[in-house]
Amino acid sequence: MQGVSKRFGATIALEDVSIKVATGEVLALVGENGAGKSTLMKVCSGAIKPDEGRMWLDGEPFRPNNPLEARRAGVAMIYQELSLTPHMSVQENIMLGMEPSKLGVIRWKQVRQRAIEAIKEFDNPELTPDARVSRLSVGSQQLVEIARALAIGCRVLVLDEPTSSLTQQDVERLFEIIKRLQAQGKAIVYISHFIEEVKRVADRVTVLRDGRVVGSNDVSAITTDEIVTLMVGRQVEELYPRSKRQAGEVVLEVEDLAGLDKPKSASLNLRRGEVLGIAGLVGAGRTELLRSLFGLEPVKKGRIKLGVYTGPASPVRRWMQGAGLLSEDRKEEGLALSLSVSDNVTLSKLKGFGPLGLVLPGRQDKATRRWLEKLDIRCRGPQQSVSSLSGGNQQKVAMARLLQHDVDVLLLDEPTRGIDVAAKALVYKLINALATGYRGHLARDSRAGRPRHDQPKAVLMVSSYLPELMGVCDRVAVMCRGRLGPTYRIDEVNEHELMLEATGQSLGDTDERRPSRD
Amino acid sequence: MSDKQTTPKSTGLTAEGAENAGKGIKNKNSADSAVKQKFGFNWRGWLNTLSPVIALFVVFELFVLIAPSSFATARNMEMIARQTTIVGIAALGMTLVIISGGIDLSVGSIVALSTVVIAWLLQSAGAGPLTAAIGGVAAAAFFGLLSGVLITRLRVVPFIVTLGMMLVVRGAAKGIGREQKIDVDPAQLKWLDELLASVPAERSWMLLPPGVWMMIFLAIGMAALLRYTRLGRHTFAIGSNEQTARLCGVAVERVKVLVYTLCGAFGGLAGVMQFSRLTVGDPTVAVGLELNVIAAVVIGGGSLAGGEGSILGTLVGALIMTVIASGCTQRGYPNWVQEIITGAIIVIAVALDRLRHRRAA
Repeated sequence: MQGVSKRFGATIALEDVSIKVATGEVLALVGENGAGKSTLMKVCSGAIKPDEGRMWLDGEPFRPNNPLEARRAGVAMIYQELSLTPHMSVQENIMLGMEPSKLGVIRWKQVRQRAIEAIKEFDNPELTPDARVSRLSVGSQQLVEIARALAIGCRVLVLDEPTSSLTQQDVERLFEIIKRLQAQGKAIVYISHFIEEVKRVADRVTVLRDGRVVGSNDVSAITTDEIVTLMVGRQVEELYPRSKRQAGEVVLEVEDLAGLDKPKSASLNLRRGEVLGIAGLVGAGRTELLRSLFGLEPVKKGRIKLGVYTGPASPVRRWMQGAGLLSEDRKEEGLALSLSVSDNVTLSKLKGFGPLGLVLPGRQDKATRRWLEKLDIRCRGPQQSVSSLSGGNQQKVAMARLLQHDVDVLLLDEPTRGIDVAAKALVYKLINALATGYRGHLARDSRAGRPRHDQPKAVLMVSSYLPELMGVCDRVAVMCRGRLGPTYRIDEVNEHELMLEATGQSLGDTDERRPSRD
Repeated sequence: MSDKQTTPKSTGLTAEGAENAGKGIKNKNSADSAVKQKFGFNWRGWLNTLSPVIALFVVFELFVLIAPSSFATARNMEMIARQTTIVGIAALGMTLVIISGGIDLSVGSIVALSTVVIAWLLQSAGAGPLTAAIGGVAAAAFFGLLSGVLITRLRVVPFIVTLGMMLVVRGAAKGIGREQKIDVDPAQLKWLDELLASVPAERSWMLLPPGVWMMIFLAIGMAALLRYTRLGRHTFAIGSNEQTARLCGVAVERVKVLVYTLCGAFGGLAGVMQFSRLTVGDPTVAVGLELNVIAAVVIGGGSLAGGEGSILGTLVGALIMTVIASGCTQRGYPNWVQEIITGAIIVIAVALDRLRHRRAA
């Protein structure tokens, strides 16, 4: 692939990019969101056409007109968002679009046989030809996608952020499969934000920034720091800032909370001026906990006290009581993608934007513009639709909603999922600023006489990424199979212990830890 | 895979990187700001808003060219406006419903019900024209409310609920009318038959009949409601992503009930216009009208997936359909040609809309 360029209007998404990948090699493609990784891979999988540049496959010129042609030629792409048909069976999904047939009648025997061949590699009991895809775990669904690519006999496999929604075990399993495919002589392009993963799985790494290749090297010859520096284009200052925080009164009290299925039992106290982290594996019930706190899922038993309020919860009430939830799923829930940045930021509180309760778009835009500037959200303006922003900028828009609403209790569900390093750093800085109360450049107004201090907020944060929890939180608790464990001060635990507890092995085995009292 | 070696062999996407991208625009940011400086206002946005108007203009001019000279007269244009009013008013409510991501198939039946209720109130209950008209709108709004409540309580999709409601309301209308038209004594009508009548010479200062003015003012009101009120913004939010709306504390159920109630009320008002034109309560009138109403919204840029649509577009959509009908009649085309043309226009309009979206993305 040489000298590939792509423009979208006036935006240059790719500029003169050249990459190569050999058989039996895993090439990692890293870069911030919006760096052009996904665009580049869409070009080589035929989803979009380049404005300039050429590609070769096995020495032959390669010019796919659409993804199907690329697939037939042996280049298959596995996207961030899974593209399976959930109501159909595993075998149907694997053979979709290339069912062996005679006179239009599908030959099911062959379908089954080829599907079995494709999935037997994975050695996963959940994967049977007749299983309905919607019943499978996300990890297994991804395997179905890979199986589909293998069934066509692909030689170049592109994985776009394959681990972003996988559990730790599934990630391990995936890595094993990648190694196996590599040994079979497939060329693999692996796109990821997680540099640790890249270092484990890839042979070579190519870094993209602003649509250009800024560096390429063997993984063994480059350090994590160097990769990050290349990605960001500058030294990342301290990733996890931590100002001196002063824990104040308890603002959220949860006692023995149980939902329909999960959480089974959860108790916690959250104080003003602190960040409480909830660790655990995907599916442990952390998201459900936040959602039932926020009134999005029913509460079966237990007591929630938010500030002075104890009554039943609904999102409408929660916002009024001064709590806000950041959803883990930006696309499905967090943002209304077809609406403007402005509408998304102000949606939770359409008040004070005009006389008589009217909502004047000009005033919405004015309020929004402040956050565009303060959170460094890159867009054409408040009226641009959110769907055309990059993941990191979308997440900042979702965060801006909580800031605009000026909530006291922030429930953050995976606030850094799928966003680039620079955006992550900003989110960490923001959380720190909110918890300390000193909001620096975030202060509402710097008019004379007004202190640049604000009341500290309380942050409850769910994350699957332990270094982040260790870096950001004051206290952390682990959720495992719907039960929330005791809370530890961050200096009492290490990542290893948390991981053990998350996988349900700890409490009995490591006994010397005592829960902190608060 | 046996013929493939496991040693790295140059394959696939080859060639070395050349990094000589010094010239041209440096990065996305500066490119963006350059665009912003060049075009101080959102010209593309305006183009999007005005494109249905341009389409209307094109269709109109086409008929001016091919139809007899009577087509472009003020008299004919007034008639087009009058003929658009019933569909136009009903489409105002439908726009709201479609923006919220729903659909209302009961509008045609609601128009019929409204005419029957008005006639019944005038004839059997001895009510005045204003009371009767309000009664018709209220009955219609009630069934809209019922649709909304059923949709939100039973969590059945709007298509099914309003499909059922279409039959229920039609049945109710026939029940009130004992399966017959209700004739009204002309003396009781007073002003009620003048809403859509051609403007008489002594009141030529009005330019358009009162019913048409009513549609125009209601349209302005609805456009303002959509743009400047919480209800309007919430409707867009629900249509764009209902989960986000719920997360953000929008009272999704309440907004939906209100939207369907409003749609019912506008259907009822369309019924008032229908009654004014025929001066008879007819339970079998306006069968299939809901499809014209939906077509008007869709031609005007409304998306059945929700989150998109505009009042201006909807009115233009309704006008385009009337212009075609009127033009074809004057040209002497038979009815079936009209229908084919209207059908084609619907598909073409939506296809063009999709194309525009794809280019914008």
